[in-house]
Amino acid sequence: MNLTLKIWRQAGPDAQGELATYPVTDITEDMSFLEMLDVLNEELIGKGEEPVAFDSDCREGICGMCSLMINGQAHGPEVTTTCQLHMRSFSDGDTITIEPWRAEAFPLVRDLIVDRSAFDRIIQAGGYISVNTGAAPEANNLQVQKHKADRAFDVATCIGCGACVAACPNASGMLFLGAKISHLGELPQGQAERDSRVVKMLNQHDAEDFGGCQNLGECSAACPKEIPLDVINQLNHDFLRAKR
Amino acid sequence: MPELIDNLYALGDQIEDTKAPKVPVAEMWTKAKFENKLVNPTNRRKLSIIIVGTGLAGGAAAATLGEAGYHVKSFCYQDSPRRAHSVAAQGGINAAKNYNDDGDSIYRLFYDTVKGGDYRSRESNSYRLAEVSANIIDQCVAQGVPFARDYGGLLDNRSFGGVQVARTFYARGQTGQQLLIGAYQAMERQVAAGTVEQFTRHEMLEVIIVDGKARGIIARDMVTGEIETHLADVVVLASGGYGNVFFLSTNAMGCNVTATWRAHRKGAYFANPCYTQIHPTCIPVAGDYQSKLTLMSESLRNDGRIWVPKRREDCEKDPRNIPEEDRDYYLERKYPSFGNLVPRDIGSRQAKVVCDEGRGVGPLVGDFRRGVYLDFADAIKRMGRDAVKTKYGNLFDMYQRITGENPYEVPMRIYPAVHYTMGGLWVDYGLETTIPGLFAAGEANFSDHGANRLGASSLMQCLSDGYFVLPNTIRDYLAQGPFEPVAEDAPEVLEARKSVEDRIDKLLSINGDRTVDSFHKELGHIVWEYCGMERNDAGLRKGIDLVRSLRQEFWRNVKVPGSADTLNQSLEKAGRVADFFELAELMFIDALHRSESCGCHFRSESQTEDGEALRDDEKFAYVAAWEFAGGSEGSYEPPVLHKEDLIFNFIQLKQRSYK
Repeated sequence: MNLTLKIWRQAGPDAQGELATYPVTDITEDMSFLEMLDVLNEELIGKGEEPVAFDSDCREGICGMCSLMINGQAHGPEVTTTCQLHMRSFSDGDTITIEPWRAEAFPLVRDLIVDRSAFDRIIQAGGYISVNTGAAPEANNLQVQKHKADRAFDVATCIGCGACVAACPNASGMLFLGAKISHLGELPQGQAERDSRVVKMLNQHDAEDFGGCQNLGECSAACPKEIPLDVINQLNHDFLRAKR
Repeated sequence: MPELIDNLYALGDQIEDTKAPKVPVAEMWTKAKFENKLVNPTNRRKLSIIIVGTGLAGGAAAATLGEAGYHVKSFCYQDSPRRAHSVAAQGGINAAKNYNDDGDSIYRLFYDTVKGGDYRSRESNSYRLAEVSANIIDQCVAQGVPFARDYGGLLDNRSFGGVQVARTFYARGQTGQQLLIGAYQAMERQVAAGTVEQFTRHEMLEVIIVDGKARGIIARDMVTGEIETHLADVVVLASGGYGNVFFLSTNAMGCNVTATWRAHRKGAYFANPCYTQIHPTCIPVAGDYQSKLTLMSESLRNDGRIWVPKRREDCEKDPRNIPEEDRDYYLERKYPSFGNLVPRDIGSRQAKVVCDEGRGVGPLVGDFRRGVYLDFADAIKRMGRDAVKTKYGNLFDMYQRITGENPYEVPMRIYPAVHYTMGGLWVDYGLETTIPGLFAAGEANFSDHGANRLGASSLMQCLSDGYFVLPNTIRDYLAQGPFEPVAEDAPEVLEARKSVEDRIDKLLSINGDRTVDSFHKELGHIVWEYCGMERNDAGLRKGIDLVRSLRQEFWRNVKVPGSADTLNQSLEKAGRVADFFELAELMFIDALHRSESCGCHFRSESQTEDGEALRDDEKFAYVAAWEFAGGSEGSYEPPVLHKEDLIFNFIQLKQRSYK
């Protein structure tokens, strides 16, 4: 395949950014999207130009490091991470626009890389169960109904990539937050801090300049781990419960 | 300089003492915990700890030492600690809980570990690992890790390669992710409490040693390019393994050897570097551009059956049209009692054997087809498609996404790939390296797995080290404090800074015409070809020559664009690949000197009549701990070998058999 790439280039947070156009040739459909960018970067370095900076690490769809708005969609046209998006999703002659995540709360670092540390700070605000090492009771003393354990797992699969925020017109982080609230709130171990957790995490979410939720559902539609939209209902429910 | 052996290395002093208590193995850890000195809670906040890496070992250690009240500085190269590569482990974590009453015990997990490692691990450390394992599950459950449950609400288990009990706890195919999130959350709780300071997008580039003790690190802020000095009373390296020396591996792209290699150059011994685990169930290589390999969880071998056609001429056929009698279920045939659940080294080598015979399947790569079938047709018949989907659904989806083939309809194709490195920094029983005050944990150390790691044991070892071992052994070291403060401009600090700056300047100034990745790929190819699944004397010698000449070319001809004072991914890679070159040479030397086969180290000169690994306990029942002997860019002086004899008091050395 031969493709035309339009890629956001920006040397730093304060520099002027622009879309630059690069043709790439001989792309095969077995390549992952990031391997296609590797090919471009090798070419750029060969020509003495600076390669495009982008984030990736595990390249097997689980670390959440890769990002990219591809033709305006978070992680591109398939419901997966960018590293698991393959070029068979594109056709010869396509023009592909590649931009960084867009959100107030995710400031740009360079080219396609943004700073997602706001998510860490939301977790710091209360996204955990307080238990010191060595203080844990025997694991099977605590029974968890299978459907609850399964539900906790389903929502715990969030990889913190930020696609939900990037896809949301308001750049809301409620799906990320809802996934954590639902994961810990589903389990008996999570009950002691359930009320305080939701209040503290939500306050931090707002302090980080994430937008409000209007229940548009773009977040869940873009989520590579298919976190269901109802975690936001759970979040709202728990918040009201905590306020009572 | 002592006399050179084989013109490659010199022999140094024997390592006499690993500092394990001199009591029966079952009492060692209890005794050590009691004898390790205590640090009074009010003194702890005056003591500081640097931890490099935020995976299961580093994250768990940061959380636990933070809880204890020490001041912890935690470093990772990713944008968040939650992204450490432990996140990618799929299958599960072992623990000797005996919830199934199938005969499991601490002693059996210990036995399986030592046997699985082909009698090249320490009894003391392996026993402690088994002993601590049950506490790990308790800890993780309390943190809210959503392990699989049965309908009674109790924890579920499954079985993994190399064992005959079901002792593996799991969270579908994402156990690593769930455990890591548990450790990460525990660590973030300490960040909020102010005991842990978190430095993301930072890469450690040097260890600072003052008066013979590790007292800090030099790190590069990967966003601003700033070279920073961080001082502390103790340094822990929990920076993972070095499988990316092969370029293609199941490791994350950023996994590198720099932290441990820099420590090695400063005096920490590097043990058993040639022990590389090749994982039997990975998605086969598809093309030249490929950047990494993806593992399919070993748990698939519980229900999937592995086979190749009996006849070469069937290899191109649609597998569904090959009748039962024309299929060779070679693992079930050769190893009837373990079948498809043989340990990883055996599963990998047998796949290579059948592909080398010309019976591999899938596309031609060079002259060979490099793939075998992992077939779920029988499981779907037996359990139903829905049950298979419940058990392995996310793995099947992942396979389909990568290959474009539907594994519910056509058998998966798998082939072995580089996965885990059992070698690492030499540590004593307390996980301290040969540099006082420098500790190594998780995959970064060498101690628990011997020459082959059992499936589901890496998560166990990392969390054991991080949650339970280090917090107990570091306090013994810290009890020697308070330590004399080190000045930011002490000569040792300035020297370490300068060496980092000089190296960066050098890499940027070469301005040759080959990219870093092209060197890395070529290096990886050499290591895979001559120090991969099977090694021999001539190949290893050839590999050393090839690595040396490629390294010289690297320092003459690498092209690193951009500058040092900004985010520069080419520069990051260049530093790592430079270290991989030196490590590769040491791997070759270690593999060459160990002229026996053991576990994942298969020397073709040393095999039984059936083609199984043939150990030589008379000559090689020792840990090979290598000391750096000098060398600058482009040269690596012959290292010095220190042997630590492996003494087996509780487990009898036997020829390993899984038949």
